[in-house]
Amino acid sequence: MLTIKNLNVYYGSIHAVKDLNLEVGDGEIVTLIGSNGAGKSTTLHTISGLIKPKTGSILYKGNEIVGIPAHKLVGQGLVQVPEGRHVFAEMTVMENLDMGAYLRKDKDGIARDKEKVFEKFPRLKERISQTAGTLSGGEQQMLAMGRALMSRPQLLLLDEPSMGLAPLLVREIFSIIKEINSEGTTVLLVEQNANMALSIADRAYVLETGRVVLSGTAAELAASEAVQKAYLGG
Amino acid sequence: MDTGSFAHQFAQQIVNGVSLGSIYALIALGYTMIYGIIKLINFAHGDIYMLGAYIGFVAITKAGLPFLPALIVSMIGAALAGIIIERIAYRPMRHAPRIAALITAIGVSFFLENGMILLVTPQPRTFPAVFAPTVYHIGGVVVNNQQILILASALLLMLALTYIVNKTKAGKAMRAVSYDSDAAKLMGIDTDRVISTTFALGSSLAAAAGVLVGIYYNSIDPLMGMMPGIKAFIAAVVGGIGILPGAMLGGIIMGLVEAMVSGFFSSTYRDAAAFAILILILLYKPTGLLGKNVKEKV
Repeated sequence: MLTIKNLNVYYGSIHAVKDLNLEVGDGEIVTLIGSNGAGKSTTLHTISGLIKPKTGSILYKGNEIVGIPAHKLVGQGLVQVPEGRHVFAEMTVMENLDMGAYLRKDKDGIARDKEKVFEKFPRLKERISQTAGTLSGGEQQMLAMGRALMSRPQLLLLDEPSMGLAPLLVREIFSIIKEINSEGTTVLLVEQNANMALSIADRAYVLETGRVVLSGTAAELAASEAVQKAYLGG
Repeated sequence: MDTGSFAHQFAQQIVNGVSLGSIYALIALGYTMIYGIIKLINFAHGDIYMLGAYIGFVAITKAGLPFLPALIVSMIGAALAGIIIERIAYRPMRHAPRIAALITAIGVSFFLENGMILLVTPQPRTFPAVFAPTVYHIGGVVVNNQQILILASALLLMLALTYIVNKTKAGKAMRAVSYDSDAAKLMGIDTDRVISTTFALGSSLAAAAGVLVGIYYNSIDPLMGMMPGIKAFIAAVVGGIGILPGAMLGGIIMGLVEAMVSGFFSSTYRDAAAFAILILILLYKPTGLLGKNVKEKV
C-alpha cells in the first residue's frame, strides 16, 4: 500500500526526517512511535502532501506521490486525521461530515456512510446540529475520524488520536481504529502512547530525532527492553 | 431647529444613510471575505469597485445594455479581474510575511488607479441615467427611485451571498478554508480554487456597488474607489473583520453616521466621523461589534 524510501524532510535548516524507510502493507495497522519532536507528524504531513520532502520517494499503491498536493491524494483514498483534530469549529457536526465527503457526488452513498459513522460514534448523532467547537476533546476526535471516513479512505493516517484524552476514551478510540481496520482500511498510526499503539498494531517503527532506530512486529517491540525502557515506562 | 423639523431631518438622513450604507456594505463584504480566507486586507478592493463602475458604464453607453444585464456584465468582468489579480499578484505571496502581501495589495491598487487614468483619462465621466429619476414624498421624507434600487439590489445580493456561503458546497468549502486551510486540504478541497472563488464573489459585489453608485451620483472617475474603499474597510473592521453579517452591519452604520453628520453638522466632517469610528472601535472593541474574543492558540 505504502512504501517510503530514503525520505529526507527539512523545516528550514532543521533536518526533521532523516533517511526514513517505511512500509505499510495492505490491510495492516502500522504504528510510528517516538517521543515529542521525533519527526512523526512531519512524516505523516509529508505522506499526505502538506509538506514537500527534500529527497526520497513515497509510493502509494505503486505510484510516486511526492509533489502531488494534499487535496488530490484524498481522492485517491489517502486520508489524514490531523493531530489536534482540526475539526471546523464553527461548523456543525453535520457540516463537518459533509466536508469529509467533499469530493463525492453519490448522495445515497454519502447518506449511508453517515449512518455508518453514527453507528460507530453514536455520540455524534446526538450532537448533529451542534457546532464542532462546543464538543469535548473526545467527541472532536470522533468527529475528525468520522469526517475522514466520509471520504472513504483506503489508507488512513492517524496523528496522535489519543492526545489529551482520558484513558477510558483512549481505549474506546483505539477499539474503533481496530474496527475500521477490520472493515478493510489500512492504518498508519502515529502515537506517543506507545502502549496503546502497540496493543492494536501489526508492526511498528520507533522514531528518534528523525531516524528509525527500531522496527519489527508490534509484539516484538512491546517485548523489547529498549522500547520498554524508553516508551513504556518499564 | 424645532422638534418637528428635527424628526423630519432625522428620518431623511436615515433614508440617505441606509442607501449609502448598503453600498459600503457591498464593498465591505468583499474585504471581509478575502480577509477571512487569506488574512489579507485587499487594499485594491476599492479599485475593483471603480473597475466595476467603468465596466457598467461601457456596457450601458457603448453596448447599449439596460440596467440589469449591464450590472451582470460588470459583476462578471470584475470577478474575472479579481481572479486574475489574485493569481498574478497575491498567490505568489501566499507564504510570504503578511506585510509583504499587504504592500503588494497597495501596489495593485496604484496599478489599477493609474492604469485606468492612462486608459480612460482622469476626467470624470457622466454615468447615464438608466432610470428617469422619480422622487417620492413619504410623510415629508424624500425618497427617490435610485435609493430604492440601491437598497433592493444590495439586499438581494446580500441574501444571495448568505445563501451561497451557508448552503452551497462551494460556500461550505469557503468557510472550511477560512477556519482551517490545512484541514480543508485534507478533506480534498482545492484551496487555491476556493480562494479564486472568494475573490470572484467579493469582486463582483464591489462591481455591483460601483454600478449602483454610478447611477446614484451620475459620475465616475478612476480614483472614485479610494475613499469608499477605505470607508468599506472601516465598515468591515467595525462589524468584525472576517464576519459576513458584521460587514453588512458595519456598512449600514458607516452610512448612517455619515448621513447624520452631513445632515446635522457639515458634510466636511463626514470623513473625520468615519475615521473617528475606526479609532473608537480599535480602542474599545478591536474585534468589531460582532467579533468574538478569540484567544490565539499556541
